[in-house]
Amino acid sequence: MGFIEWATNPWGRSVPIHIAWFLIWAAVIGGLLFMIVHAIYVGIFAQHKEFAKNDSPATLAAIPERVPRHSLVARAFHWIMALSMLVLLVTAFLPKVGVRFDWVTYHWIAGTVLTVSILFHIVHASFFLDFWSIWPDKIDMRDAMRRVMRFMGKPEPPPDRFAKYPLENKLYHGVIILAGLAAIVTGVFMMKRVQTIFFTRNPYLFSDMTWGMMYVLHGLAGVGLIALVMVHVYFGIRPEKRPITKAMIFGWMNRDFYLEEHDPERWAVEKASSSQGKRG
Amino acid sequence: MAVIRDVMPTFELLQPSTVADAQRLLEQHREDAWVMAGGLDSFDWLKDRIKQPKIVVDLSGIDELKGIRSTNDGVEIGAMTTLTEIVHHPLVKQKYSVLSQAAELVASPQIRNQGTIGGNVSQDTRCWYYRGGWPCYRAGGNICYADTPVGRNREHAIFGASRCVAVHPSDSVPALIALDAKFVLRTPKGERIVNAEDYFVGPDIDITRLNILQPGDLLVAIRIPATWAGAKFYFEKVRDRNVWDFPLMNVASAMVLSGNNIERIRIAVNAVAPRPMRLKAVEDAVRGKPADASTGEMAGRLAVQGAVPLQFNAYKVSLMRNLVKRAIGGVQEAQWAS
Repeated sequence: MGFIEWATNPWGRSVPIHIAWFLIWAAVIGGLLFMIVHAIYVGIFAQHKEFAKNDSPATLAAIPERVPRHSLVARAFHWIMALSMLVLLVTAFLPKVGVRFDWVTYHWIAGTVLTVSILFHIVHASFFLDFWSIWPDKIDMRDAMRRVMRFMGKPEPPPDRFAKYPLENKLYHGVIILAGLAAIVTGVFMMKRVQTIFFTRNPYLFSDMTWGMMYVLHGLAGVGLIALVMVHVYFGIRPEKRPITKAMIFGWMNRDFYLEEHDPERWAVEKASSSQGKRG
Repeated sequence: MAVIRDVMPTFELLQPSTVADAQRLLEQHREDAWVMAGGLDSFDWLKDRIKQPKIVVDLSGIDELKGIRSTNDGVEIGAMTTLTEIVHHPLVKQKYSVLSQAAELVASPQIRNQGTIGGNVSQDTRCWYYRGGWPCYRAGGNICYADTPVGRNREHAIFGASRCVAVHPSDSVPALIALDAKFVLRTPKGERIVNAEDYFVGPDIDITRLNILQPGDLLVAIRIPATWAGAKFYFEKVRDRNVWDFPLMNVASAMVLSGNNIERIRIAVNAVAPRPMRLKAVEDAVRGKPADASTGEMAGRLAVQGAVPLQFNAYKVSLMRNLVKRAIGGVQEAQWAS
């Protein structure tokens, strides 16, 4: 049982055609296992979070009750991207499990929406938001090591509170960039093989082998995104993460949660009047 | 075309003698089972060793599936009734002659003696890339070899293509659609009756099959209501040679006239799309109009709206326009303005 399905093309060459569809179920099971293991870890083994804190009275006084976190534009992007991603996954994989509908049309339309929203996000995040806030920095690495050592009972000082995004959030973002870009780039090329309003069909753009690898990469990214989306939704509804989820809906998080988990030195709160400034 | 190797792969042959037994076997083996009616489509696949089923369920021993029966509301044709029986059956010839005409134009006498109505409507497409065993979309791959800049697509679709451009090859189907036939299916969930045009599915919905039959399902009969009995019929098949050939296109119509005006009409064409096409817009447009050349002209123009020809099949647009013209106005086209 291989991970890739192969076929013989008219010229007698063995070429990949797509991933083996059992990988859909492997991704679903993988996502479920991750949730179960994580829930057991949090419920039984995880220690209470402990951070180093030394906020000055002046700093504390400057923190409002509602801490602005995501601008309306950033939230709109997130939910448009989420909706298009869900449509893409549903239209891609439901037909593989026996649900019949005109999935190709919905799929390329949703793919176009996702591509445009991602292009917008790249520009928006690069020039209008704090671009580096989503990338791991040295303090993240140091604190991750401290957390691991403390979990194993080693004497280490408590880690600093998070900047705007916790390390796991940043790592997730990195993985989703890889999977998302792989799916988008291959998907845009694959649109050359079906009827859309954007391109003249040209199935000979690449060789059968290159097309096959593209379909495989698209499939692998797709099934990877099944697991990633499952995990994302899981964290989104976990009780300790709900303030973060609510911030993605309403744009702000409350002061107590902010002071508990986020370091004002690493993620400075903006004044309400300048809340349209550099927020991610 | 694939080279016929003449030696079939090994499979288990099951020969039920009742519909109930056949259903049980199909439900038991589901995706592993290949349903064989007259065998004309099946043996091509098996001898070419492109399809290699584990189980073949041969329906030829089920008498319940054979024969033509008069009913209170028309006629019921068992799915295993041969095309020759349909051609010669007096009731069909008298009241539903469009079907006997269509059946008579299928392939050759020998094939009509063996081929069944159920097999004719349920056969697979004849796209040679697909039949040749290439890994095209319909075969589970990721390309349509016919829809490429140099693909040989003279016989392929001008409507309804979605990745795959193969067409449905049946001659009897347009006649059945024109007669408003109902297909009777036995499924694991019970009996299901569908309109003839709804029996077929396009590649946009399911690229791996031409009809709605799922593993475990069986087409048992075709019922033709009396609604169109004795109507004015038209059937025409265009093919490269006059015997033993699949249609480049065919058309069937059933009209009820009031004076010379069209009171009711059903019209269908096949081999222009991955599924047979009922021309609903044409029916609506010509209703109440005289069945003459000018209405035929208008209908023909309307019928081909939205056609997207491939590299080598643009001729199908004018062919379809003319066939629809003739189906409505008759064959006096020599007198018409072109």
